[in-house]
Amino acid sequence: MDPSAWDVAASVVDPELPMITLADLGVLRSVGEDDDGLGVTVTLTPTYSGCPATATMRDDLDHALRAAGWERVQVCLELSPPWSTDDITPPGRAALAAAGVSPPGPAPARPAAVPLRLAPTRYAARCPRCGSDRVELLSRFGPTACTAIHRCRACAEPFEHVKEV
Amino acid sequence: MSRTSEPGEESVYAGLVDATGADAAHWAFGSRAEDPLAGLDTSVPDGLDAAELARECLALGDDALVLGHRVSEWCSKAPELEEDIALANVALDLLGQARRLLARAAAADPGVLPVLPEGAAVGAPVAPEDALAFFRGPERFRSSRTAALTDADFAHAVVRLFWWASVRLAVLARARSHADPVLAAIAAAGVPEVAYHRDWAAAWVLTLARGTEESRRRTLTAVDALAPAYAELLGRHPHVRAEVAEVVGELFDRAGLEVPQAQDGVPRDELPDLLAEMQSVARAHPRGSW
Repeated sequence: MDPSAWDVAASVVDPELPMITLADLGVLRSVGEDDDGLGVTVTLTPTYSGCPATATMRDDLDHALRAAGWERVQVCLELSPPWSTDDITPPGRAALAAAGVSPPGPAPARPAAVPLRLAPTRYAARCPRCGSDRVELLSRFGPTACTAIHRCRACAEPFEHVKEV
Repeated sequence: MSRTSEPGEESVYAGLVDATGADAAHWAFGSRAEDPLAGLDTSVPDGLDAAELARECLALGDDALVLGHRVSEWCSKAPELEEDIALANVALDLLGQARRLLARAAAADPGVLPVLPEGAAVGAPVAPEDALAFFRGPERFRSSRTAALTDADFAHAVVRLFWWASVRLAVLARARSHADPVLAAIAAAGVPEVAYHRDWAAAWVLTLARGTEESRRRTLTAVDALAPAYAELLGRHPHVRAEVAEVVGELFDRAGLEVPQAQDGVPRDELPDLLAEMQSVARAHPRGSW
């Protein structure tokens, strides 16, 4: 049996974190096939407002679905509700950890007045290499919009941690 | 990795584009920029004034665009590599917010779009947010003067960003329940981003204010120089004054700094100079496509 449009779209990986699929990252919101079976509409939610990978994700979805036989592919954006790291699936978290990227803890609430967080934040990070929770924040920002840089004080290795949003 | 050149091939990049099979959408300005609101219902809800909604989106979008440009000037110049990356990430988030907000303004009221230079729309259509960013004169921008100020040093950068982000966070948090669902969604996505920018800047204000004699001296100088900017930001958004004052007071207490009181002066107008640089490539090559 041919794979469904969802299966094809769900197998496309993130351009910046290629160990995780768009479905497991939680940015793939819906995939709908047209009645004639020739067209497909994909709904995608960007991670960050300025995420430079959004256009690449759209292109990669377009190409994967066309290669699988669909003639018309439309990729729509959905901004509400905004993406949250809570949308990353358990298999996605496992894939991140296996690749040396520390998966996020629970996302913080966003009340009406967002409290100031001054202290070096105690993230839920664990070293993805040795498993120690003796980790320290090196930089609040990292090589991609969604990660921060930490270092393990047990094995001394630096690693990326997906920021909770 | 190696690739074989074809005889007569002129551009070393030509094969790169072909190899990925990608269309040109994500390469740059003027090609086929992807619509930041693709697939969203951008009709204006009943009971909302489209022109007023567009002005509101322009004010928020222009402020993010202009400050994003200023912050991006720190690329390769920040005191540490990590902070260089931090500032670039802040600029990227702000640019993303600006694209959405400017696109939302143009969709609500196409009357905000400027007349394009001759030939600009030939070949490659100019995306609405690009038209607003690159082909409006400074008199039509609705950004704060604070956003356009040149940074004197790193202390100036973090004090300005802390104040600006504190105000913007309070404004965006309220806009999450805006009657326009598109603006509400853009605001909701921006809240965690701007909260992160504010907290990063706040941590640096604290570090510099309680650091060395020289870092404290520079922080005091920045607070003093930026006092009119703080007054301007609060004056533009009086409905968030109490909330912002609380956050600013909390940090300044811990940092041993005094919050500026009511100010008479206004910040310098540096927007024309900023736009002259930001718009120079688009204006010199209105038909540019690359």
